[in-house]
Parts: sequence; C-alpha cells; structure tokens
Amino acid sequence: MPAGAVAAHLNRKARWRPAEIVFWLAIPALIFALPSRALLINEILLAGLFALSLDLVLGYAGIVSLGQAAFFGVGAYGAGILANAGIGEPILGLVIASLIAGVLGLVTAPLLLRGSDLTRLMVTLGISLLLGEVANANPWATGGTDGLSIAVKPVLGLFPIDFNGQRNAALYSLVVLFILFALARRLVQSPFGLSVHALKENRLRSGALGISAAARFVTIYAIAATYAGAAGALVAQTTGLVSLDVFDFHRSADVLLMLIIGGVGYLYGGLIGAAFFIALRDGVSSATPEYWEFWIGLPLVVLVLVGRERIGAFFARAVATGGASLIPGAPP
Amino acid sequence: MLTILFDGVAYGMLLFVLACGLSVTLGLMNFVNLAHGAFAMAGGYAASALMTRYGVPFLVTLPAAFALSAALGVVLERTLYRRLYRASHLDQVLFTIGLVFMAMPIANYFLGDQPQPVRVPAFLSGRYEFLGIGVGVYRLFIIAVCGAIAGGLQAFLIGTRFGAQLRAAVDDQRVASGLGIDVDRLFAITFALGCGLAGLGGALAADVVGGVDPSFPIKFMVSFLIVVAIGGSNGILGALLGALLLGVLDVAGKYYVPSIGAFIIYAVMVVTLIIRPQGLFSRGGGR
Repeated sequence: MPAGAVAAHLNRKARWRPAEIVFWLAIPALIFALPSRALLINEILLAGLFALSLDLVLGYAGIVSLGQAAFFGVGAYGAGILANAGIGEPILGLVIASLIAGVLGLVTAPLLLRGSDLTRLMVTLGISLLLGEVANANPWATGGTDGLSIAVKPVLGLFPIDFNGQRNAALYSLVVLFILFALARRLVQSPFGLSVHALKENRLRSGALGISAAARFVTIYAIAATYAGAAGALVAQTTGLVSLDVFDFHRSADVLLMLIIGGVGYLYGGLIGAAFFIALRDGVSSATPEYWEFWIGLPLVVLVLVGRERIGAFFARAVATGGASLIPGAPP
Repeated sequence: MLTILFDGVAYGMLLFVLACGLSVTLGLMNFVNLAHGAFAMAGGYAASALMTRYGVPFLVTLPAAFALSAALGVVLERTLYRRLYRASHLDQVLFTIGLVFMAMPIANYFLGDQPQPVRVPAFLSGRYEFLGIGVGVYRLFIIAVCGAIAGGLQAFLIGTRFGAQLRAAVDDQRVASGLGIDVDRLFAITFALGCGLAGLGGALAADVVGGVDPSFPIKFMVSFLIVVAIGGSNGILGALLGALLLGVLDVAGKYYVPSIGAFIIYAVMVVTLIIRPQGLFSRGGGR
C-alpha cells in the first residue's frame, strides 16, 4: 500500500462513527430522563473511566495488572486531602490528584518491565496493598478506618455536586469521562498508540522494526495511572467520602471483571462492562444480598471456558457496525 | 524474642503446607491458580464439620481434610482446570478469581458467615516455658507435622520414580513428554496432592487464625502468592524458605510495630521482586 493510502485508511478508522455519536448523546439524555437514577449512572460512568484506564494497561500494553486500585486510591485520597486542605475547587483538585497518580505510575512502571506475568501481577498487587497499609497507618491524613469525609465546592462555582446535586455530579463525571475518552481514542490511533499495539502483538518483531518497548510501556502505564487517579478523584468528589477500601484487592478485581465482560482492547469495553457489571450487581444484590458474588463469579468462569474472545468480538462488532449485527440474521 | 521467632516459624511452616501446592502448580503447569485458598477453606470446613457434627477426633479429621480437598482437586482439575493449561495467564487469573467468587458464597450459603472453629484437643493445647522460650504445644505440633511433610515431600521428589518424572516435567514439559512421561497424569496427581496439602493446612490453620470463614480464600490468597513470589516457583526448598521468611517477618512485624501491620511483608515482597523477579531462591532462568 502506498503511504497516502495508509494515511487515508488510518484517517477513515479514526473518524467518529454514527453509533459512537449516538452512544455519547444517549448518556446525557439518560441522566436528564432518569434524575432519580443519577447516582447509579454516576457510579457506572466512574467505574467505566476506571475500566478504561485498565484497558489502556491490559488491552493496549498487554500488562496483566491486579493493582490498578493503587492509582484509583491515590487519586481518591489526593482529591480528598486537597479539598480538606482548602483547595475546594473540584476541577483543580481533580487535575492535581490525577497528576499525582500519574507520577506514581511513572515511578512504578519500570518495575513491571522485568519478570513473568506472575511477577507483574504480584508487583502491581503488592503496591496497591502497600499503599493501603500506608493509608491505614496515617490516620492524621487519611482518617484511617473511619474514612475521610470531604466537602467539595460547586464546579466552576456554579454547579453543586454534593448530595443535593446528583444530576450535576453525573454530568460533571460525564464531561470529564468524555474528554479523557476522546483523548484516549486519539492516543490509541496515533502513531504512538499503533506502535504500542504492535508491541503487544509481537514484541520481537516490533523490536526489530526499531520500536523501543520500555519507553512506550512506561508512557502508557503512566497515562493509565493518571486516568485511574481521575476516576478515584471523581468518586471522592461526587460521593464526598474516601475510605480505606479504595485500595482493596476487590476493587482491582472488580474493574478487571468489568473490562473483561465488556471486552478488552477497543476502549468501549470498559464502559459497557461497567454498566453491565453494576446493573447486575445492583439487581442481584437486592435479590440475594449475601450471595451476589456467586452470580458474578459464575458468568466469569463460563466466559473463560466458552472463550472470552468470542463474546468480546461480538460486542466489538456491534459497536463497529452500529448495532446492526445485534439483530439476528443481519449481515455482519 | 525467641518466642516470637518460634511462633513465626510455626506460622511459616503452616504457610508452607498451605502454599506448596500452589508453588508446584505454578512451576509444573505454569498455571496461576488464585483459587488455591478455596481448597484450603474446604479442608478447614471439612475438619470443623467432622468434629462438631460427628464427634470425630481431631487427629482423624486431618487426613480426612486432606482426602476431601484432594478429591475436590481431582474433580475440578479433570473437569475445568485442564482446559485452561494452554490459555493465557489473563484467562487463568479470571477463571480462578471467578472460582473464588463462587466458593465464598457457597461456603456462606451452606455454613453461614460465622467462623467455624476447629477445637484442638486438650493434649495439644497449653504452653510450656522451655529455656525462657514460651512454647505453645499446638505450635510445636504444627512445626512437627509440617516439618515431616516438607521432609517427606523432599524425599518423595528426590527418591522416587514419580518425583524424578515430576522434576523432569517441571524443567521441560515438552522434552519430558517426548521421553514417554505421561505429563497429563502427572498434572492430575500433583494438582490433587497440592490441593490435599492445602486442605490439611486449612484444617491445621483454623485454630491459629481463629476459625475458618467464607473470606478465607481471599484473606490468604495474598499470603500464598507472596510465598511463591519470594520463594520462586521451582522446588520445595524455595517455597519452604519463602514461607519461613514470611512467617517470621509477619509475626515479628505485628508484634514489634503493630501500627504498620502488614506493611513489612508487602514491602519485602515488592523489593524482592524488584531485585530478583524470579524469586529469591529460584535457580535463575525460569519462564
């Protein structure tokens, strides 16, 4: 293919498809249509942002992480401590807290360049557990086991996002999510993103083409950490509470499940999976509050045994064709 | 001081029995089994139920816990696990997390969320002063049993034909199967053995950790993984040393600096993995 044709092909792939535009317009419509469910929608949006950060790590860089909660927690506590220290403006707090998480990602990423999958799993898990212990041991800053309750000022001084402003909170989360999503979308279609993808597909061959693996992994990991930090900060700001469970293993595992349910490596997977996961959890836990985990575990086991590529590919195709393939019998 | 060392060694020995199955699964099959703790929980519950409901003496419940967990291991290995040996690590992680998520509510459903005790008989409880060291009889019993298991396993691996085949398969699975070793059968037997030992460990540990409850698989998953990560995943000795190190550090850390709790062991693990990604006691190389 001549260079011009390649560029044209990539540009065509980068264009926003109608289904995507509908998807993004549907969310604010949903928030306005169901104001009583704004809290739940907000939770889904933020879980989706968190899953998006993991998608960058897992789907694009190919690193199996069980410790994405580390950055989520740092973002949450960062936003909480900043708000209580007098920087009550949410956007400023969000930016600073996300950047702190990003720096942590930048610092810890080199640790993941060596060893096997298990080593990486353990290092990521270990770091999040370590941070959890640090938060637990410093109650003067984090509130310890009591948690940290924070009072957040209105966004831009106009829109309160506290308990009385749940719709504002959901819209605030949506705007941030959309901006970060659009950036991520641009990133993975840039030459940098394509080279990261090439590394994941075939590391040896990409190396032979002159693509340096280490620098790219570190960069994308740090970006993903910033995203996770933003998700944590938004959760802290919109719920007004940070507790030690932000660093829990459960949180890292749940976000992995969301991403897997929605499908890895096409950015929308995290959002779809988060909606599915939280709706499922909400429905099942009101039916059987004690045993809801079973109904999360069972589909997961089945998913892996059946082959998660098949189900992921189904959703990916649905997005690509604008939902046409969801209708049985329609041509793909 | 020496009392803490003694308690630490006892805890480490316990961790070894709990985790050595995981170490072998990982070394032999290159399979990341996060659900290992579920087998330990099954053993603990079996021992508890046999004792409290049927009045079976404690020493008899231990082999029963081993047998039950091993049987459970065989069934799951033959029906589910074996399909995933060739899958990616991500799939293995997801599958075994799914199993853990299922095991905990199942335990909760049938046995309730209260910790189920395993009562240690009178002749194993109590505490003596010996040369200024406070020696708990049950801790001594744990060290003796687990030490015997470690010694037995080592002898089994070094001295028997099965052990030699196992070591060959760990070193290079393809060549081993090319030499006519039935690797599939090895997998099944080893997996069952590892699960059985986890079950035995769960029964032994119940008294030390204050009873078995449904959160057991998650609570101890991290400890198991740390043992394997520190010890390296090939060989009994690495796992044993890793477990002892972890046990002593954990007990000492909780005694001397309770405020930072488990910080020490996590820090040791992360630092270890940074310096030696394949584990402290592995023979280099690795996968």
